[in-house]
Amino acid sequence: MTTGSHRIRIVGGGEFSCGEGERVLLAMERCGSSDIGVGCRGGGCGICRVRVVGGDYTTGKMSVAKISETERAAGFVLACRVFPVSDLLIEVG
Amino acid sequence: MALTGVISPGYVQLRVLDLDEAIVHYRDRIGLNLVSVEDGRAFFQAFDEFDRHSIILREADTAGLDRMAFKVAKDSDLDHFAERLLDAGVHVDVIPAGEDPGVGRKIRFNTPTSHVFDLYAEMELSETGPAVRNPDVWIAEPRGMRATRFDHCALNGVDISASAKIFVEVLDFSVTEELVDESTGARLGIFLSCSNKAHDVAFLGYPEDGRIHHTSFNLESWHDVGHAADIISRYDISLDIGPTRHGITRGQTIYFFDPSGNRNETFSGGYFYYPDNPRRMWQAENAGKAIFYYEKALTDRFMTVNT
Repeated sequence: MTTGSHRIRIVGGGEFSCGEGERVLLAMERCGSSDIGVGCRGGGCGICRVRVVGGDYTTGKMSVAKISETERAAGFVLACRVFPVSDLLIEVG
Repeated sequence: MALTGVISPGYVQLRVLDLDEAIVHYRDRIGLNLVSVEDGRAFFQAFDEFDRHSIILREADTAGLDRMAFKVAKDSDLDHFAERLLDAGVHVDVIPAGEDPGVGRKIRFNTPTSHVFDLYAEMELSETGPAVRNPDVWIAEPRGMRATRFDHCALNGVDISASAKIFVEVLDFSVTEELVDESTGARLGIFLSCSNKAHDVAFLGYPEDGRIHHTSFNLESWHDVGHAADIISRYDISLDIGPTRHGITRGQTIYFFDPSGNRNETFSGGYFYYPDNPRRMWQAENAGKAIFYYEKALTDRFMTVNT
């Protein structure tokens, strides 16, 4: 595992590492994992919608048609726009 | 002039989440000229287009399509088509000149698939368009993927036959090619031309209305499709699929996403269409080959991801 990387665990699925400043979905693809659906990778299509149930993170811009402010506050995110700050536990679907 | 009425796709306005990121993508990667940025919108022109702009990006909190526009041959065509749209029971709004810089009055209508279309007759000429007197192949060497023009959009919705019907019966488009479920007669994809091209707009069946599947740009050659692929890898642009070829239209293609998740296509080739050509048809059971001629299989992402 490289310096500054975090462990991303999927509830009922696998785990992979994600660097500081790396987007969770792209780290998953790089590691050859496939627990989260991969769509546009740009925060627009909503295919990679997940819920972070443990850990700290920051997010980039996401379509509000896919993640409302209320949902965002409850931990729902698009994995293509999530940057881990600590290890994360993620629920898919 | 044999081509009359609606003569070409004109422009598309897309929503993007971050205008600055999007400008880098469309200007430096696809290679469009940035014409102006005003009131939260950026206007672009491809190097081989004569008119002022063909792509408009509007910063918003969602991605997707605002509207697509077609150019008509002359101003009186706008009244003619407005009347025919009204006769067909389609609501029409008249938008005075000035909504978009350099564009004359517009006729605006909605389709049953909740897509907004404009018709217009007048747009200022581009300052960076092709030369016309002893014309060199370009004024300045093309950048990035070297897109020559905005070519078409493919739009997702439920009753695509009803939307296509407006284009055929009111706007005089031709259906060049269809993907059909013969057991039910349902159309899964309808490709429409107002010109000599294999398609100027396409409708693809999808359970929700108002979606855009992709915005497409023309490239000069199959080699340029490979060059686009190199740019996609070099700059870590989100790849969808390709390089490959379509059975439908025969275009050689690569699909990718802009930084807000709107799908783009750059393609070359495809057949010429003439109005006396018989309609081409693909059976639903051959959809894989129809869409991806080499892979002969659809992908979930291509079928379900849109904005």
